[in-house]
Amino acid sequence: MNDLSALSRIMSEAVPIQPGVTRRIRGLSDKALAWLFITPTIVLLLAINIFPLVWTIYLSFTNYRANRANAPTIWLGTDWYQSILTNPDIWAAMQVTAHFVIWTVLIETVLGFCLAFLIDKKFRGHGMWTTIILLPMMLSPAVVGNFWTFLYQPQIGLFNYVVAFFTGRSASSFQMLGDVTLSPWAIVIVDAWMWTPYVMLICLAGLRSIPDYIYEAAEVDRASKWRQFWSITLPMALPFIMLAVLFRGIENFKMFDMVNLLTGGGPGSTTEVASITLKRAAFESWRTGYSSAFAVILFVTVFGLANIYVKALNRVKSR
Amino acid sequence: MSTANAAHSVVEPSAGTRRFAGSLVILYAVITMIPLIWIVLTSFKSPDDAISYPPKVVFSPSFEGFCNLFTTRSRQTPEFIQTLGPPQGLCDSIARSRNMVVAGPSNYVPRFVNSLIIAFGSTVLAVALGTLSAYGFSRFRVPLKDDLLFFILSTRMMPPIAVAIPIYLMYRTIGLSDTRLGMILLYTSVNVSLAVWLLKGFIDEIPREYEEAAMIDGYTRFQAFVKVVLPQATTGIAATAIFCLIFAWNEYAFAVLLTSGNAQTAPPFIPIIIGEGGQDWPAVAAGTTLFLVPIVVFTVLLRKHLLRGITFGAVRK
Repeated sequence: MNDLSALSRIMSEAVPIQPGVTRRIRGLSDKALAWLFITPTIVLLLAINIFPLVWTIYLSFTNYRANRANAPTIWLGTDWYQSILTNPDIWAAMQVTAHFVIWTVLIETVLGFCLAFLIDKKFRGHGMWTTIILLPMMLSPAVVGNFWTFLYQPQIGLFNYVVAFFTGRSASSFQMLGDVTLSPWAIVIVDAWMWTPYVMLICLAGLRSIPDYIYEAAEVDRASKWRQFWSITLPMALPFIMLAVLFRGIENFKMFDMVNLLTGGGPGSTTEVASITLKRAAFESWRTGYSSAFAVILFVTVFGLANIYVKALNRVKSR
Repeated sequence: MSTANAAHSVVEPSAGTRRFAGSLVILYAVITMIPLIWIVLTSFKSPDDAISYPPKVVFSPSFEGFCNLFTTRSRQTPEFIQTLGPPQGLCDSIARSRNMVVAGPSNYVPRFVNSLIIAFGSTVLAVALGTLSAYGFSRFRVPLKDDLLFFILSTRMMPPIAVAIPIYLMYRTIGLSDTRLGMILLYTSVNVSLAVWLLKGFIDEIPREYEEAAMIDGYTRFQAFVKVVLPQATTGIAATAIFCLIFAWNEYAFAVLLTSGNAQTAPPFIPIIIGEGGQDWPAVAAGTTLFLVPIVVFTVLLRKHLLRGITFGAVRK
């Protein structure tokens, strides 16, 4: 691929030198065209992502409140950052987020990989069943998450009925969304239901990328299926698994919509993931400066974790 | 690949293994579909059937959920209803059986229309900008190319709430809050990163020799782009467009924080459909069903490109 593009670059640079062609090349130069094509996107992103980000950083050093826009803005320096990093409520929210991210990613990875492994056996109709399994992840997390509150109703919900049916407990004896110990798991269940297919799809690509001849060689060497799995399948699919973990980890660290509709952070603050805390501070108590500082901290966290992870991913890939 | 290796039976799973794997996958698929099937079933239940215990799988279908979704109703005395003429249409007669009359249309249709306009508007913009940039990044030597591409991707890593705070202030200042245009621009900026990354992958796969041949035949670079590259990239553009549509269609965080009436889309609206004494579940289910149907259709259309779409083109089959 690289040789080919190098070759074509040489060709494209060589083209204008031919006298017959130079005459016919009209209009913009490639360089001008390149900038003409790329600039609109960059301008849009600067206007709608970067400018607001810079503004957020500025606001995070002030006492600005969006509901008192005319009040004088005072420069506070790093006061908000200090108060956030020493605030036990924020650390509680970070713990809730960590619980949510770790468990969802763990469950989704294990289940998703197992499913991909089974689908890779290419049973009859695996294409159709794969598409069916993929459906939940395409749907709106908000709209579907909202419907799960109905499934979780203690008296009338299907989820409680099914659990009651299999365990013999009374369906109204537990509240998935209202109970302090159960609600963190209620959001994990819905997220796992939605996003296991995502991990499955990426793992499936990983399994399919393993060439058959490696297994053939292993068979010739009389390696057991178990040994083949641990020495061939898992190591070769690992970069894909890690990619899935990276994407799910980032997405779930930012999780807002589904949790907001399922529990709204409650009961109390047992399911208050970082995004919900941020929303409460920014759009309910209107502490704009404070919430800006928190937003910056969250962004740096996501960015830092993702960077560390990508480095690890590249190390695995190059091994 | 599989046909070429069919002869090597050592690596092909046995019939028994396949059947075992198949039944486990089908079991998972069936379990995972239950919530979705339940949404559709609930939308056709009467309010009493929807909240009965044990949950009813067999019930007599009712359109009350859909009627309640599309109308607002007001409670009247039976004497007053007696004085009215015959009920107008199915929904009116259902309402009257509950001592109510249809008062007017609900907000569902305007919200749905907002969803359509904002999703399509932002998709067209994102795909247009994305195609141009992707071509630029794919074919030209752009200074700091990798950094620019990474910058474009990194805008997607920001938590939506963090972005919403300054956007809220900015839109308030320039008069874009709660407008469709504002939401279109915002969704475009989110989708354009996906569009650039996906389309760059698709355009990279089109051999440069095609355009170069066209340019030797007298086309300008721009003409070659329009007449040679774009037709070749149609599938990729269509797949990218569907991904952008799905994102904009499903988006909730920005919509709930930045819109209130005018430009509100369906996702923040559906959860707040309430009837008398709490949530009107058949109506919520009906709204959810109608909202999900387009996505189900698109998912089936997209199934070959799903993997690329969800990984920003990082993984291709």
